[in-house]
Amino acid sequence: MMTDKNQVMEQVYTVEAGNFISAGEASGHIKKLLKQLGVDSNIVRRVTIAAYEAEMNMVIHSVGGELILKITPDRIAVVAQDRGPGIPDIDLAMREGYSTAPETARELGFGAGLGLPNIKRCADDLKIQSKMGEGTLLEAYFDIKAR
Amino acid sequence: MDKYYHSVTLDKDKCMGCTNCIKRCPTEAIRVRDGKARIMAERCIDCGECIRVCPYHAKVAVTDPLTSIEKFPYKIALPAPALYGQFKNASINAILTGLKKLGFDDVFEVARGADYVTEFIKEAMRDPERKKPVISSACPAIVRLIQVRFPELIDNIINIESPMEIAARLAKKEFCQKNGVKEEEVGAFFITPCAAKMTSIRSPIGIERSCVDGAISILEIYGPLYNEIVRLEEDDSLQTASPYGVLWANSGGESSALGLDNHLAVDGIQNVIRVLEEIEDDKLTDLEFFEGLACPGGCVGGPLVFENGFVAKNRIRRLSEKAEGRHLSREEIVGTKKKIQWSFEKEILPKPVMKLDDDITLAMKKMEAIERIYDGLPGLDCGSCGSPSCRTHAEDIVLGYASEMDCVFKLREKVKELAQQMIELSEKIPGGKVTNKSE
Repeated sequence: MMTDKNQVMEQVYTVEAGNFISAGEASGHIKKLLKQLGVDSNIVRRVTIAAYEAEMNMVIHSVGGELILKITPDRIAVVAQDRGPGIPDIDLAMREGYSTAPETARELGFGAGLGLPNIKRCADDLKIQSKMGEGTLLEAYFDIKAR
Repeated sequence: MDKYYHSVTLDKDKCMGCTNCIKRCPTEAIRVRDGKARIMAERCIDCGECIRVCPYHAKVAVTDPLTSIEKFPYKIALPAPALYGQFKNASINAILTGLKKLGFDDVFEVARGADYVTEFIKEAMRDPERKKPVISSACPAIVRLIQVRFPELIDNIINIESPMEIAARLAKKEFCQKNGVKEEEVGAFFITPCAAKMTSIRSPIGIERSCVDGAISILEIYGPLYNEIVRLEEDDSLQTASPYGVLWANSGGESSALGLDNHLAVDGIQNVIRVLEEIEDDKLTDLEFFEGLACPGGCVGGPLVFENGFVAKNRIRRLSEKAEGRHLSREEIVGTKKKIQWSFEKEILPKPVMKLDDDITLAMKKMEAIERIYDGLPGLDCGSCGSPSCRTHAEDIVLGYASEMDCVFKLREKVKELAQQMIELSEKIPGGKVTNKSE
């Protein structure tokens, strides 16, 4: 973890492809951290759900990557960066119910095609860039409203 | 009333300063300082886990002595259904009769209170606007756990009073009506399997004031009650609760009484925490009802019971089959709702005691310091420093409750460093001459 002079706190978690033993640990850690920071419980909930979905997406679909949490006093960012294979059609992937999850993941109850739409619903802003063969960069932003 | 009343307290003389309780506390509320455990009042939820695990019985629940019933001209016993599982070969009627022999003028089964609560919840569940899953409010330790660790789920808690409160209110009303006495003259005493209920009486959640006047632990009453039961020649017919009400003592009893298909009943506080995490993460949105009980097996496994919880659970299941109480009629349910306060009158507020600072910028600074200190700690989570884990030790250092040298490994490093310096110093000879002793 590091905080620079612009008051950005950053935490990086490595996410392994296909590893269901540690899957969910990164988002679980994020939840605990945000609660300790005293972030509003509703925001904590939304960030955690988005982080979990992003983490599971990487476990199921990617060849592996990193989940990064960035916090400033007014904004939280959940960034998921993987090393491939990339999303061929992002619009299609954003559609509720659309899934390319393999049978092994579906057997575990994943792959209902709700991951990305769920992230979109939770986040105040969502950006996705993807290049086939290179990887996907997902950035979900959450405003910490002044209370 | 204290800001934080707690039934769970420490018997300092018995405390050996070991690590058993600090490691098991679900809200990380205990530290060992100066060789004795200390409970952080604002974090404790009175679940009684520490009472269960302390090998020296240094954690105690403050409850009322049996003699305290003498303060009232008329006394009513409110036995928790968990009491029924404590005695081999005793019928519910024998247990209730035994209670009367101990000096109570009347008994009112909390299981009967549970029968009413069951109906109230059934009605409330018909409201389609209710946040799902609806979370049971039966276990006060779980309600407090939600206040401290899962504030986002407070709105899911069913806003209906506990069977103990309902039983106390009905018992007093009925007793006063029948005997023509004033309510102030009647004391209602809960026979409790747990500490959390005692706390609920002194500082209740959701209501202004409890109608219960005291709590006597099952452990305290076990001996005298046993002696009465074995001497009974005849039982009075006092049992009125339905089999479903009796089964509230066991985990899953409330859920099966509600007759809901899609429910989840979990017991043991760590297990409950794992499921609450899932509910908070919206992973169980299709679930209708969640019953979480802090003690293993449900209230039968409470820290203040005598009998082995699993043995008691089986006994209660068998006794419930013989329970004679019938289902409540529509009129009884509606009438009772008019007669007594049956739902919460106050909002349940969050208690965000785990947060580092009210100001997020300062909290971030503290978090960064915690991470930095944590990186330097051995990561063994041995508890020797008095904090439950290396992580909490780092938090305690930053919050000013501990110092880095409380860590035995850090201390050893420091001693080694100092020893090294001493050797170096000892080898220095005045006058600038240096002798080489090696080889």
